[in-house]
Amino acid sequence: MSAATTRRALLQSGSLVIGFALGHRISPAKAQGGSSASAPGKTVALDEVDGFLAIGADGKVTVFSGKVDLGTGVRTALTQMAAEELDVPLAQVTVIQGDTALTPDQGPTYGSLSVQNGGVQIRQAAATARKHLLDLASRRLNLPADDLAVQDGVVRPKAGGQGIGYGDLLGGRGFTLKVDKEVTTKNPAEFRIVGQSVPRLDIPAKCTGRFTYMQDFSVDGMLHARVVRPPAIGATLRSMDEASVRDIPGAVKVVREGNFLAVVARNEWAAIKASQTLKADWSDWRGLPEQVRLWEHVRGTRVTKDDVTSSVGNPADAMLGGAKRLSATYDFPIHTHGSIGPSCAVAQLRDGQLTVWTASQMTHALRKQIAAMMRMPEGEVRCIYLEGSGCYGRNGHEDAAGDAALLTRAMGGQPVRVQWSRQDEHGWDPKGPPTLIDLRAALDDKGNIAAWESEFFIPEGAAGNVPLVPAELAGLPHESSMAPGNIIQNSALPYTVPAVRTTCHRLAETPFKPSWIRTPGRMQNTYANEAFMDELAAAAGVDPLEFRLRHLRDPRGEELLRRLATLAKWESRPSPQRNGGGDVMRGRGMTYVKYELNRTYIGTVAEVEVNRSTGEIRVPRFVVVHDCGQVINPDGLRNQIEGNVVQTVSRTLKEELTFDRSMVTSLDWNSYPILTFPEVPEVVIELLDRPQERPWGAGEPSAAAIPSAISNAVFDATGVRLRSVPYTPARVKAALQAS
Amino acid sequence: MVSSVPLHVNGQPRTVEVDDPDMPLLYALRDGLGLHGPRFGCGLGQCGACTVHVDGEAVRSCITPLSSLTADRKVVTLEGLGSPEQPHPVQRAFIEEQAAQCGYCINGMIMQAAALLNGNNRPSDAEVREALAGNLCRCGTHVRILRAVQRAAGTR
Repeated sequence: MSAATTRRALLQSGSLVIGFALGHRISPAKAQGGSSASAPGKTVALDEVDGFLAIGADGKVTVFSGKVDLGTGVRTALTQMAAEELDVPLAQVTVIQGDTALTPDQGPTYGSLSVQNGGVQIRQAAATARKHLLDLASRRLNLPADDLAVQDGVVRPKAGGQGIGYGDLLGGRGFTLKVDKEVTTKNPAEFRIVGQSVPRLDIPAKCTGRFTYMQDFSVDGMLHARVVRPPAIGATLRSMDEASVRDIPGAVKVVREGNFLAVVARNEWAAIKASQTLKADWSDWRGLPEQVRLWEHVRGTRVTKDDVTSSVGNPADAMLGGAKRLSATYDFPIHTHGSIGPSCAVAQLRDGQLTVWTASQMTHALRKQIAAMMRMPEGEVRCIYLEGSGCYGRNGHEDAAGDAALLTRAMGGQPVRVQWSRQDEHGWDPKGPPTLIDLRAALDDKGNIAAWESEFFIPEGAAGNVPLVPAELAGLPHESSMAPGNIIQNSALPYTVPAVRTTCHRLAETPFKPSWIRTPGRMQNTYANEAFMDELAAAAGVDPLEFRLRHLRDPRGEELLRRLATLAKWESRPSPQRNGGGDVMRGRGMTYVKYELNRTYIGTVAEVEVNRSTGEIRVPRFVVVHDCGQVINPDGLRNQIEGNVVQTVSRTLKEELTFDRSMVTSLDWNSYPILTFPEVPEVVIELLDRPQERPWGAGEPSAAAIPSAISNAVFDATGVRLRSVPYTPARVKAALQAS
Repeated sequence: MVSSVPLHVNGQPRTVEVDDPDMPLLYALRDGLGLHGPRFGCGLGQCGACTVHVDGEAVRSCITPLSSLTADRKVVTLEGLGSPEQPHPVQRAFIEEQAAQCGYCINGMIMQAAALLNGNNRPSDAEVREALAGNLCRCGTHVRILRAVQRAAGTR
């Protein structure tokens, strides 16, 4: 049995896994089913060791993680954390991810919390388990636990002699033990696995075509479907002609439920052809604002409440007393997630039980949404995670899962696979909302900040469930509120200023259904704050690093910035520099971030080249210093930081959703270009590893430090301040000509 | 009308049953032959996730109709390049450089790079970047991919 088929067998039936892990015998009928909403004998309680861990009679460890690997390497990191805490070899640990019947609800995989929260929960469960196993061994060996040591999952007397393996100690039973939140976890000085660049467990299979992605998954008797979305977001389906696809060999059925429309076929190509051939008559709908007036629209949108995220002193008075006053407006456009693999899901309804295989970052929340949409009891729905293409937030995976659920029901329970097209993905994933920011500040006569006021125009709502597209189209139960993510974060400053007021005007609506895209809000807000910080430094005639340090009262942050200056060979001088008369102007710019003002620290320096005649910006190099406390896997962390840099250079230089009054018009990679290899910067990274500190998140924070570093570097190179992302050649050229 | 299309895939003669001879090669490989190395990314030839070799050349299988291939054209997929136990030098370099995040695009990166190294075994950094310019990665794994290609070429 190859690794791939084993994995597939496991995925098709979580209960089979448990059968092995706990030594229970599960009847083949049950093991094949895969549709039982809960597995027998498996708790998913967050306070039970059995929720997170099982150790089989063979000593093999299974970790049950509600947090999932979205391509970030977190499966490897969690394996390391569990193996380390249990003192077992890495190869003895398997991680099951995001299966509502098997894994605890540790919250969605977002917000850079998988290691920081999810991993720490698993670490506590493992430490509790290890202590219990030592106690069992102490009784069996008649020795105090202090006289015992664990090596490779075997408990032995320190003095030498016969040991007992974990498998023997448990005898294939569960722990029946509460997770001890006060348990003493291993001293980081003794770490052997955590802190090492363990190679990622998934990469060999991914590089040889043996990995089973969501898009590769199939079950027997599975049908293939494509959705047919409206040509305008709010259009209604007036009629459709089922006969129009009758001649396509393999086409099975057209499914309509309200405005939800899909074609089902025996094979994928027939589904694609049918979706392109189907005749449907939709109403007109022109409810979007004009793109050229987007920022007027945002500014004119009704404010439902103000969130004041920081308030110190009286900035209005302090502003009047300042020696020099500045104001500026920044904007950051609508972005799409742009997963390389469009969303996909498989669903099967059998004996009243719905099983959905999905690449969702939030299977537990999705299960609730699907149950509500289907008007089914939650207990009869099971969502099983399978890795898909990277999602970078809440993209279309959940919607595709909803599509598949509606379609298996329409097909009498037969399993249905739904694969979105590229146009579906670019058109119908929820979007990162447009962000508009006004800033004002005053400098005192010494060139320090005397007052700072900012206003952020951003949609209302926080993290939560984003309504499912199929539920909206079919008129089935769904949420009615917006969930753009926790986008007020990092609107307040990481600096100490005598008078500050930062206000988020929460808007009643935004043109496209919003959701979070990597670093939601923190990126946009930091962009404005750190670029404006640079404007103030320039107005004060002070070096940007020196200016930041003057306002920083945070030793860890100060240390980080000094390390950054050394790594980047930062030359102390005010911006802009004097460039010669050539076509290419060079500059450097920096940014400092303390993520959400309470965790991961990042400092970046961007080096740019601006072509005076074409307006093209090149970013040859980015320098990053990163402090997320205890590092679990240094190379995995570097991989994430590199990804944050490259993806955000792309977002900053190139990306902007385009739309007409009816619909997104940037529906492919030509109309929504992203960074390509010739444009990719070198990324130089220094990790400040602090093993004795708690681990903080790293999946997103460094992305927050990219756009402003580029804006600041362009200013340094040209003396021109760019305040509108993306920095396309046309915009840059226009800004240079206007200066 | 179902017809049998003969193909030569990963060193072996194979047959796929199709309703439509204009079906792109990608679906014959994935759905007909169960080869999941090539991936559906756009169906437009824009991203490269579906790349395979046809007679040694990197080809976008999502826009290559079966009818354009004859049985003597040699198709190689990521699976045919090498296995986890015996990876192709380019696959080994990608694994050693840990050059993947979600890995969805990696098929195209490896197939494109392997085709490049077939014709030019000492490419410069600029040549590698240019050869991969039509392959999109959203996770931002580019810097590792470049290192991996250079490692495979022995220039790193």
